[in-house]
Amino acid sequence: MDIVNQLQRQYVDFLSSLYREGLLDDQFLQIQKLQDESNPEFVNEVVTLFFEDSEKLLHNLAVSLYVDQQNVDYQKVDACVHQFKGSSSSIGAQRVRNICASFRTCYDAKNLEGCLRCLQQLKDEYYLVKNKLQTLFRLEQQIVAAGGVIPIMG
Amino acid sequence: MDVSASFSLSKKVDDDRVVGEEQELHVLAVDDNLIDRKIVEKLLKNFSCKVTTAENGLRALEYLGLRDDQQNTLNCNIGSKVNMIITDYCMPGMTGYELLKKIKESSMLKEVPVVIMSSENIPTRINKCLEEGAQMFMLKPLKQSDVKKLRGQLMKCGS
Repeated sequence: MDIVNQLQRQYVDFLSSLYREGLLDDQFLQIQKLQDESNPEFVNEVVTLFFEDSEKLLHNLAVSLYVDQQNVDYQKVDACVHQFKGSSSSIGAQRVRNICASFRTCYDAKNLEGCLRCLQQLKDEYYLVKNKLQTLFRLEQQIVAAGGVIPIMG
Repeated sequence: MDVSASFSLSKKVDDDRVVGEEQELHVLAVDDNLIDRKIVEKLLKNFSCKVTTAENGLRALEYLGLRDDQQNTLNCNIGSKVNMIITDYCMPGMTGYELLKKIKESSMLKEVPVVIMSSENIPTRINKCLEEGAQMFMLKPLKQSDVKKLRGQLMKCGS
């Protein structure tokens, strides 16, 4: 029992820090609440989709902003960032969503420098939250492997 | 939350079924974002709805049997079995607003409640949709409490 309590404590502390640091917001809790016996892998599935989608979008943004800087298609940039904003908002990746909002200001103004800066920030924040979420899932797996239940927060 | 076994079976059956006090509602959810589609589907399923998803307005119209070249076929059957349509506003090609208009213009489907979702809180957009006959306008991201409210409203509609 000791090891389970320890792991659960670690899990709660870790998840709390993610909320505290603004990496995740209440929407992540909403997603966790949706998981049930009929779909016990729901959170994992949604987050995995988010990872796949986001990396595709980051790639497309890099292509749009680096390949031909004299002829940037800002509509394409808009489409990518809009999708990214939607997905990150839906899973509660708050900081990623906020970067998308600043990004919009830059491409609305056709400000290439600003866009390049935002893209870098977006990548940084995305990989940070991805890393944290993967750590979270590892903790969950450890708890379950040790015979415990994952604590529900909020 | 009790998702009774009968709702997870026989997905292919299109006729309305009454299980206990509650009728199973069939919702068509339209959104170009894959993650949002998955979330909306789960939200609705958790409230005992049968869910069909579509990734854009055109696919939605096809499913409903409203695409221009389908007017004279008997695909109408499927469309009339949908109790509600929930659609994102911002979609490439056809917006949720345009989809709403097409539905309201159809003699067969104009009574079906249409809910518009959007991540942006723009009063003119909201009013435009409500004026065109949208049942409700909801802000994304959707939560369980939003869908609970929706379900409550739908039951009163007597669909």
